[in-house]
Amino acid sequence: MPKQIHLAAQLPGIHNVTVWSDPRSGSQIAIGSFVHLARTAERGKFDFFFLAEGLRLREHKGRVYELDVAGRPDNLTMLSALAAATTRLGVAATVNATFNEPYEVARRLATLDHLSGGRAGWNVVTSFDAFTGENFRRGGFLAEADRYSRAAEFLATARELWDSWHGADVPADPVSGRFVRPGAGAFTHHGGHFDIAGRFTTPRSPQGHPVVIQAGESDAGRDFAASDAEVVFSKYNRLEEARAFYRDVKGRLARYGRSPDDLRIMPTATVVVADTDAEAAAYADEITRAQVSPQTAIAHLEAVWGRDLSAYDPDGPLPDIDPEPESLVLKGHSVFRTGRAETARRWRALAHERGLSIRELVIEVHGGQTFVGSPHTVADAVDHFVQTDGADGFVFATHLTPGGLDDFVDRVVPLLQEKGVHRPDYTGTTLRDHLGLRRPPDTGRTSRTASAQWEGSAS
Amino acid sequence: MNDSPLHLAVALDGAGWHPAAWRSEGARPGALFTPGYWADLVAEAERGLLDLVTFEDALGPQSAAPHRPDDRTDQVRGSLDAVLLASHLALLTTRIGLVPTVNVTHTEPFHVAVGIATLDHVSEGRAGWRPQIASRAADAAHFGRRTTPQLTDDDLRDPELIAARLRPLFAEAADVVEVARRLWDSWEDDAEIRDTATGRFLDRDKLHHIDFEGAWFSVRGPSITPRPPQGQPVVASLAHASTPYEFAARASDVVFVTPFDRAGATAVLAQVAEAADRVGRDLRDRPLRRFADLVVLLDDEPGAAARRKERLDALAGAEYTSDALVFTGTPGELADLLLDWRTAGLDGFRLRPGALPHDLTAVTRRLVPELRRRGAYRSAYGTGTLRERLGLPTPRNRYAGQG
Ligand SMILES: Cc1cc2nc3c(=O)[nH]c(=O)nc-3n(C[C@H](O)[C@H](O)[C@H](O)COP(=O)(O)O)c2cc1C
Repeated sequence: MPKQIHLAAQLPGIHNVTVWSDPRSGSQIAIGSFVHLARTAERGKFDFFFLAEGLRLREHKGRVYELDVAGRPDNLTMLSALAAATTRLGVAATVNATFNEPYEVARRLATLDHLSGGRAGWNVVTSFDAFTGENFRRGGFLAEADRYSRAAEFLATARELWDSWHGADVPADPVSGRFVRPGAGAFTHHGGHFDIAGRFTTPRSPQGHPVVIQAGESDAGRDFAASDAEVVFSKYNRLEEARAFYRDVKGRLARYGRSPDDLRIMPTATVVVADTDAEAAAYADEITRAQVSPQTAIAHLEAVWGRDLSAYDPDGPLPDIDPEPESLVLKGHSVFRTGRAETARRWRALAHERGLSIRELVIEVHGGQTFVGSPHTVADAVDHFVQTDGADGFVFATHLTPGGLDDFVDRVVPLLQEKGVHRPDYTGTTLRDHLGLRRPPDTGRTSRTASAQWEGSAS
Repeated sequence: MNDSPLHLAVALDGAGWHPAAWRSEGARPGALFTPGYWADLVAEAERGLLDLVTFEDALGPQSAAPHRPDDRTDQVRGSLDAVLLASHLALLTTRIGLVPTVNVTHTEPFHVAVGIATLDHVSEGRAGWRPQIASRAADAAHFGRRTTPQLTDDDLRDPELIAARLRPLFAEAADVVEVARRLWDSWEDDAEIRDTATGRFLDRDKLHHIDFEGAWFSVRGPSITPRPPQGQPVVASLAHASTPYEFAARASDVVFVTPFDRAGATAVLAQVAEAADRVGRDLRDRPLRRFADLVVLLDDEPGAAARRKERLDALAGAEYTSDALVFTGTPGELADLLLDWRTAGLDGFRLRPGALPHDLTAVTRRLVPELRRRGAYRSAYGTGTLRERLGLPTPRNRYAGQG
């Protein structure tokens, strides 16, 4: 039996994936855009709809970065609305563990799970930088090295809060007069990052816990995924590197008493479909060129070089001057944060070897589109990627808002269904059902050490 | 006499405001945490052409005592996040204003501002919020970041004593609202330019750092969310004493007050006007809509509502009283009261149904038609945002033209 493919869709609005210059490109913030994309994903029987997060507008050379689509909603607020526009589709929010507190986040996620009838997911991210911190009460209070210890304790605490209500805690019996069972919601957590106690207010939600998603890169991030996550997002969407990542992360699970089937790995991907492979390839090139405008090419170069390069011609050669690896000109962007001296060396070598201009070089390293071709070509490639353990599925980001997923859903999804690798219809009601993940046990309030409970259930 | 349209809001909370409401006939106590329960209530409110609904909330469980938690199991305990609930309901309604309560003591001002801006985008201009301070010290332990003043039993006898003890939290709350208002303005309406010639999606001259620095926190900005459709979503606050009147005068577009008779309404409105004077707000420039809060139990048959309340009181084990007047009577009697109190200068009323859905339905199907018969209530929703319906002016962006 072939592996079933897990599909998710993302409304981008970040980085340069969205081609806002296309006349068909709609609003990145209007509710209609979100409803269109979510309903398209639901029509394609996707597992979930996903929203990324960035808590500070990116800045370039000290001013707001102008070249990409920007302006997005509060994720949990938007997804609570989309839960009313869909009936089966999962709704997953990125929510940062540094500039939030467990009580409030656990409550909001439990609320989303109630409002959606068990379709909530949480992508736990760990941005900690002082730049983002300037928007929050505590500023940049957390050291980089502590980001995952805080995230892990944050998640463990959230699970304790969700477990503080038993499924049977609300008898709501008008005859006996008992609305709630004594002690419902009582919790105590004493830890290095959080020292809290009292009563949690939101009764146990349909999934017990929302699905936990993680997108870490580093060794610590991968360990966090292996110990705690149920879905991992990755950026590895070229088959060989994706397989290496897949093997590495799945290989870490046993250490935490978990099996490879307890975790789904889903790289981010883009897709371009046309009638023929040749038409699709031409269209993909056109999209990539639009994503890397001359101005974007210079801006990316400046981000790596750490200095002002506005005097350079995007159609000319790379600069002779050396990068300043210590200076950060693009803030709020995770991609160019580290390893820039090495990146510059690689870019120069590549440009030299292939005789590329600045813009051609940035287009080249940008990587282009993930899946390109006729509907059959794309369906085969997506299927091959999953069956050969490059991934368990994909999170599709589209270059057009909100219509960018229409072709994939109308033309590729039916082929995946014919192959028997994608559900013809939903068979369950919760996001856990769609992903084939177990529900956490509802053991009640007698044993309340959530992390021990969790690991016990997985072994 | 006030001849502008009367405004009506309904305050939704659990099974209704009476602590035994969940045990009354027609209640759906097992459904309080399901979206369908709330969807039905808000649909009913919208059928009644009400201006807005509010949603109660707190970062701790409900309690019979306002200042400390209790262990009671015979009343509704447990709740959903009000902003998310309101956002969910936004896609199931088209006209009614949605005003969730939001704690501003333990939350992040940035997240709050972005959440309400999002609610305004989702509802296409129907969002408001009621900033609320933490009046229960025990809730602070849910966050472990700070302590807040503990109210004493003595304090509870006088709203002025409560307000005096919580005064620092009100000052901080005013800063939170200021940050939200600046963040909503931090994107000018025409910040998005999509200029292919220069490759720019945004014009950064139309995006602004807000650089708020206060005694409790600093926020740099700009917002991550484009300016909400209303520009400034409606800020509403509940007030019983001089400090909260001043908070309303500084921060709010709508204030909910709790007089117990018409003379009381006159007195309260005078205090609100004095507070506006003290903080230098010109009410002609920046109007403040004044709503009186009333708990209502309504039945057509004279005396029936009072008897119903007695039965609920017996189930609850105590006579129910509230910070607002508890009205029992017929819809006609309530219409008399509202039109009488209104002569004190009130713009409208926020009715707190004693039991749901009974007293909500009585408002929408009996009270509203009665008011309409007397020429005091609308017969259709107009177009426009919640601000427009409340007669609040289109706000000018404070950063416009600053470059
Ligand atoms: C596919 C993918 C999506 C991500 N989405 C977000 C996001 O929405 N918000 C965010 O703050 N970080 C996001 N990240 C960044 C990760 O959370 C993480 O910070 C980054 O991968 C670096 O990992 P490390 O901290 O383990 O080095 C994403 C990363 C990947 C690979």
